[in-house]
Amino acid sequence: MNPDDLRMMLLIRHFELALLDLFARGEVHGTTHTCLGQEAVPVALSPLLDPDDFVFSNHRGHGHYLARFDDPAGLLAEILGRDGAVSGGVGGSQHLRRGRHLSTGVQGESLPVAAGTALHLARSEPGRLACVYVGDGTWGEGAVYEALNMAALWRLPLLVAVEHNGIAQSTPTGAAMAGTIAGRAAAFGVEHLHVDATGPGVSVPRDALTGPVERVRRGAGPLVVEFATRRAGPHSKGDDPRPADELDRLRAEDWYARLDGPEFDRLDAEQRARVAAVVRDVTARPPATGRAAAEVEQWQPVSV
Amino acid sequence: MAARQRVAEHLNAALGAALAADDRLYLLGQDITDPYGGAFKITRGLSTRFPRQVVATPISEAGLVGIANGLALAGNRAIVEMMFADFVTLAFDQIVNFAAKSVSMYGQRLPMPVVVRCPTGGRRGYGPTHSQSLQKHFLGVPDLDVYEISPFHDCADLFTGVLGRGVPALVFEDKVLYTGLRRPPGTADDLFRYDLVGPWPGTAVVRIAGIDPPDCVLITPGGVAERALVAMRELLISREITCELYVPARLDRTALEPILPAAARAGQVVIVEDGTAGGTWAADLAHQLHTALWGQLRGPVRVVSAADGVVPAAAHLEEEVLVQAGTISATVQRGHR
Repeated sequence: MNPDDLRMMLLIRHFELALLDLFARGEVHGTTHTCLGQEAVPVALSPLLDPDDFVFSNHRGHGHYLARFDDPAGLLAEILGRDGAVSGGVGGSQHLRRGRHLSTGVQGESLPVAAGTALHLARSEPGRLACVYVGDGTWGEGAVYEALNMAALWRLPLLVAVEHNGIAQSTPTGAAMAGTIAGRAAAFGVEHLHVDATGPGVSVPRDALTGPVERVRRGAGPLVVEFATRRAGPHSKGDDPRPADELDRLRAEDWYARLDGPEFDRLDAEQRARVAAVVRDVTARPPATGRAAAEVEQWQPVSV
Repeated sequence: MAARQRVAEHLNAALGAALAADDRLYLLGQDITDPYGGAFKITRGLSTRFPRQVVATPISEAGLVGIANGLALAGNRAIVEMMFADFVTLAFDQIVNFAAKSVSMYGQRLPMPVVVRCPTGGRRGYGPTHSQSLQKHFLGVPDLDVYEISPFHDCADLFTGVLGRGVPALVFEDKVLYTGLRRPPGTADDLFRYDLVGPWPGTAVVRIAGIDPPDCVLITPGGVAERALVAMRELLISREITCELYVPARLDRTALEPILPAAARAGQVVIVEDGTAGGTWAADLAHQLHTALWGQLRGPVRVVSAADGVVPAAAHLEEEVLVQAGTISATVQRGHR
């Protein structure tokens, strides 16, 4: 794997592990949803995104943010309510905004909003797109279909990145979804692409995405990318009702368990140490002021 | 000319002026394009004049408010038409959880200039799902403004001001007002005059000059104002009871200062609204008046709301549920000493 990609995979992994550790020590107020096992999705996708593309993230959005901004301190400060927080400590884990990157905590809500930004981009900033991360469980929401319908009707540059991890909180996909995501996309005449993001590498999924994403930018209409991925951790903190043998299998198949060698060990130690330093830095900071960090507040699009 | 303008024409002109003034303003809704021009014809002609800005959407209330929210995030502004106010329930999440919260939940002020127009109220025989007054469900949401048009307020000024605030807003428009005439500046009818007072968007004060204090202060949103005027005339002519009517255009954070002096001096204060009782604009305003004027009021502020039931379709049944001019008149007579 390209060392930069592996670094980012490991940064997200160690960030999420550190967060669970902070939780266990009672240092996190509220809740958080880690993306353990799903790191490859944003790491594969983010280099294909333009800084002025809109990105809509969700409740499980730490990886999306880190892969785009490489800002573990701002994110941890937000989650812990400390100075320098991305959203001033108001938003918390699920409500981050940095320029055109936003996350919200209501399932499906982002899709119509993303379509609205895509309408703007198609008319005023052609070549840019709106990317929205959703899970397989999000497909239970009606707003998803209202948005897909309009995006297809108006050929909007909307990229729907589905992180299909097979489980929505505690409900297996099979108990919540009739038919398939591919079938649902097909019903709207929307292109659907299945990408395997369960392996350790990200270049294969990224290469598979490059052409289709470029077509979205050029006006081909919306694209649904269904990433096969695994949720190796709990829904939020300790709430994972899956049987022990299934969890064992998930951990054995997890990308982190499948990599080794001196280069991996070196980068693994490097990112573990980086996150540990961030934790030391942020936990020593004064409380958040309620105002977004200065560098976040001053963000401007490159050209509007 | 303008003096004889119907409220529907006035709204149409106000929307046209707003679209002409800002090419980043979008107008979205169902069936709003020509030749149909909207279920109540408020948008007639606008898609022909502004084809890029006027966007007809599928029957997807949550979706189309979401589109408006996205346009706003990207630096545009949007006015959305709900075909009937009842359907705004389908967009509650986009309005309350996305538009309103986005203004502040990211730790910085994010402008969300999105206006949702809601044709509201009954008296058209459309039945229970097309006649409700849902204003109360949107009150008390941080960074969500709630307005109601009246025959006295200038809607062009209202839309300009609301969009300029950068806070999402609902604008309720009583459907019966559409076909009524807009009042020329200063003249409510042949008997009563009116002035707009207080902070923007102003409270219309309808009265006969020189009568102070009035026997009764009536406070109503724009949709009830016509019925209140009918009641005021009847009370004056038949009972010699004088009323002063206050019509604020803003329902959340209704300005108290224009109302307080008269309310403190009047024989009674009656607040009238169209929806059902329970957690309402009128109840909240009554509480504020009691708090502000405790010890000065002649008696308790009274609230008139619709009966506790759905709005029936049949005219005679609907009349029993909704507030009528006669309801207002009878309430004032009962409180007159």
